[in-house]
Amino acid sequence: MSELSTSSVSSGGTPRSARQGGAPQTSDAPMGRDDLARLVARDVAPGSFVNLGIGQPTLVSNYLTDEQDITLHTENGMLGMGPAAVGDEVDPDLINAGKIPVTELPGASYFHHADSFAIMRGGHLDVCVLGAFQVSATGDLANWHTGAPDAIPAVGGAMDLATGAKDVYVMMTLLTKDGKSKLVPSCSYPLTGVGCVTRVYTDKAVFLITGDGVRVRETFGVTFEELEQLMDVPLLAG
Amino acid sequence: MLEFKDSAAEAVAGVEDGSTVMIGGFGNAGQPFELIDALLQSGASDLTVVNNNAGQADEGLALLIKEGRVRKMICSFPRQSDSWHFDAKYRAAEIELELVPQGNLAERIRAAGAGIGGFFTPTGYGTMLAEGKETRLLDGKWQVFETPIHADVALIKALKADGKGNLVYRKTARNFGPIMAAAAKHTIVQVSEVVPIGGLDPENVVTPGIYVNTIVKVG
Repeated sequence: MSELSTSSVSSGGTPRSARQGGAPQTSDAPMGRDDLARLVARDVAPGSFVNLGIGQPTLVSNYLTDEQDITLHTENGMLGMGPAAVGDEVDPDLINAGKIPVTELPGASYFHHADSFAIMRGGHLDVCVLGAFQVSATGDLANWHTGAPDAIPAVGGAMDLATGAKDVYVMMTLLTKDGKSKLVPSCSYPLTGVGCVTRVYTDKAVFLITGDGVRVRETFGVTFEELEQLMDVPLLAG
Repeated sequence: MLEFKDSAAEAVAGVEDGSTVMIGGFGNAGQPFELIDALLQSGASDLTVVNNNAGQADEGLALLIKEGRVRKMICSFPRQSDSWHFDAKYRAAEIELELVPQGNLAERIRAAGAGIGGFFTPTGYGTMLAEGKETRLLDGKWQVFETPIHADVALIKALKADGKGNLVYRKTARNFGPIMAAAAKHTIVQVSEVVPIGGLDPENVVTPGIYVNTIVKVG
């Protein structure tokens, strides 16, 4: 694939063959939220058990295919969660972690809260996808508290998810409104978890957090060199 | 001794001022609204309440907080778009908050019911919610020591009870019910239906009646 080839995300189901090694792929436009969700969905291995965080990560469920056979976990106590409930499907006893009415799929199961978090903490979930304020170059996650003195703190299951899942994917815009990178040498916001993030999906690039450092898997609308200019974190290509 | 009461008011009549009260529910699912309303009417005050949230809108736990009955909240997610009564009390420093990661909250409740004196968990390590707590490197992971949360009373909601106090729940309304039932000295349950002994399949009982003290049918 040429360095400037359009990412297969926008062109349908083409296998993404150039992920391993070599120069990172690039596409000529930044990723929109839905395209990014589609990309994350495609990266989830078939048969995985997955928890999607509240907000942007929830979009990923729109792009999971039947063939992938993904089982969604919701931490309030269910495996086999289906799409959001509409009309007569709405049942106040059947909600997701965002307290949105959802549906159950054939083969679903219910369990109490301690079991639900044992599923996380015990390492049984393959992937969780979370939003973030900041991620550090070593995979520290900050996504629960701005640290502002007047903020009322609320943590929910964020720390459990960050610590428990085998892979923690973050979805976020790369830059703050002020143009500062949210992938940072070290988090200035209060931490959710230490060294837990394995991948960061942003509108400008996908980053792999590895033992060697932060590797750029692909870029969207920027070159590797331009990306380096935007960030204080040393980047590895490909 | 298992008791069946005719009203939510009778069911909560024994809750004393200063009690620690666990209240089931995650959002509105599984929240025992009738028992909470009865607790509000009973006038019980100076309560420590254990719940995942800190009340929503103008009902249930939010009203207990609004009326100043709650001295302290132990919860994971107090701040929501409609948690205005908690927000006001918190900003006025009229309510104490112990913020606990949700899985630690659940496991601390479970530990109390299971007679566990404490446990090490990786959740929260390296964060401000673990500050001052004992840590150990176990199985290659840094872990934080957490203690059980006991309660005087649990108020929970189930779908059905049988004459022995065995309970079944409905969908995600189960949430904290089974672990709170076990963690409290006195567990009060509101159900939609009471069936005779033998009316529940023993294989499908979620909370065995041994954990249940008081049952009231509502609605």
